[in-house]
Amino acid sequence: MTTFAKYMLGVVAALALLALTHVDPAIARDAAEAANAPIADMAEFKVAQAESADEAPKPEEPLEAAGSGEEAEAKLDTGDTAWMIVATAIVLMMAIPGLALFYGGLVRKKGVLAVLMQVFTIVCLMTLLWYVVGYSLAATDGGSLNAYIGGFDKMFLAGIGPDTLSGTIPESVFFTFQLTFAAITPALIVGAFADRMKFSAVCIFMCLWLLIVYVPVWHWVWGGGFLSEDGVLDFAGGTVVHINAGVAALVACIFLGKRVGYGTENMAPHNLVLSVIGASLLWVGWFGFNAGSALGANGAAGMAMLATQVATAAAALAWMFVEWIVHKKPSVLGIISGAIAGLVAITPACGFVDGWGALWIGIAAGVICFFMSTTIKKALGYDDSLDVWGIHGVGGIVGAILTGVFAVEAIGGTAGLLEGNPGQVLTQIWGIVATMVWCAIATFVILIITNILVGVRVSEPVEIEGLDINLHGETVQ
Amino acid sequence: MKLVMAIIKPFKLDEVRQALTELGLQGMTVTEVKGYGRQKGHTEIYRGAEYAVNFLPKIKIEVVVPAKMVDNAVDAIVAAAKTGQIGDGKIFVVPVEQTVRIRTGETNESAL
Repeated sequence: MTTFAKYMLGVVAALALLALTHVDPAIARDAAEAANAPIADMAEFKVAQAESADEAPKPEEPLEAAGSGEEAEAKLDTGDTAWMIVATAIVLMMAIPGLALFYGGLVRKKGVLAVLMQVFTIVCLMTLLWYVVGYSLAATDGGSLNAYIGGFDKMFLAGIGPDTLSGTIPESVFFTFQLTFAAITPALIVGAFADRMKFSAVCIFMCLWLLIVYVPVWHWVWGGGFLSEDGVLDFAGGTVVHINAGVAALVACIFLGKRVGYGTENMAPHNLVLSVIGASLLWVGWFGFNAGSALGANGAAGMAMLATQVATAAAALAWMFVEWIVHKKPSVLGIISGAIAGLVAITPACGFVDGWGALWIGIAAGVICFFMSTTIKKALGYDDSLDVWGIHGVGGIVGAILTGVFAVEAIGGTAGLLEGNPGQVLTQIWGIVATMVWCAIATFVILIITNILVGVRVSEPVEIEGLDINLHGETVQ
Repeated sequence: MKLVMAIIKPFKLDEVRQALTELGLQGMTVTEVKGYGRQKGHTEIYRGAEYAVNFLPKIKIEVVVPAKMVDNAVDAIVAAAKTGQIGDGKIFVVPVEQTVRIRTGETNESAL
């Protein structure tokens, strides 16, 4: 642990130095101007209401994710802003306590606190990283490297004040909304190596992973990088969040190896009630994730919400019925796993498909993820402990491909295969392949680096006795 | 004095307690235990991974009774705990050498 303490001290010192170089007087100036803002807001609110009444029957413009803060005519919309603040809060709820409880219930009792601790810590670490440099590298123009990565213009949120807009919402809200995505994505990976990774290694791995994998892929898809130029559709993060996390999870669980006793010892979930609560919180929070990705309170958000609900229910039932047939019993773990698979699969599609498309995406995700997480995982023999690859990776791929099949031009502005545009499926596959290749290689390298720095895996006695007592000095009874 | 030790199905505990109370017995010790006999265990499946659960949850009751009451007590437990299904449990009877009530120092049958 002493070496880890040294590394952390180094990181803190480096952050402090960077902070000193980026104190920006613009923030104070913006605060003063904002004092005059409320009256203007009221007028704009009325205008926005009138506009939204006119717009309602028309299909929404395709999502423009980032960089729109520069537009000269941008005006703040209070309805959009209110919704996005709520959406941001419930996406945070997805990670803590949603994902933490979902995973916590699935591990054995000796490792539940370690999982909760990892998720909670990751949320805190990613928040600071996103603030310091992540957001800037993701969402700003990277100049000559813009196809691959953004720039350093908005480190420490330089130049962002109360009246800096991103579209119709304050950039501070857009920043925080995207921060919650950056927080939950690395936290998803935790499920793959549950019960056996060192806590120090988790911290180092996740920090590097955010900057080397998540941020570039965010920029490729949403920040004006080459995948958005190529027309890859990803409404709320099927590629950026779920395929990314799923591939990293697969690489990590193979790199670390199986848990001691895998295949012979009883590794049944210790408390499925916790997992049901967690999965349900994830479902609720996902409305913020998907409908929030419309970046406004509008028709696109409504369609995304509807598609999310339909696909999730379809996937949950699909998993349940297939399991009922194959394993003779419909299980609680089965139906909540199916729900998560459906939520994942509809994530890239929810702004582009109608309810019919959502239904089929849900069914496909439920069935395919079931076989991936049971039969195929068993046949291949890797120990993806909580099926991050089987559900998030595979569900994300199913969703990304089917987005290209079911996309409706009248909804998201792009036609899919069923509307006579087969090329969109190929475009989607290109997005998947590019993300998977980069994520797999980069994750592997980061794991090697982490292993050299602190070692990734706990010793066998520690693993057998449990991470809770050995790494955190606490237990639950 | 005899120690009557019965392993029963957990949901039968209240009926057994009732039956023994009706005999005039004034105490018992109950423990949650796990084990297996003819019933063996069962299998649980989580996302396709099958786990054999060999030890099933049972309740162990311990009652010390005067020698002349042993047969009544055993009969009462059998009547109350029986479902006729596999896994109903077992009763063991063992001799007890001495009993002391800690509060008063009474010994043997007067301490029961």
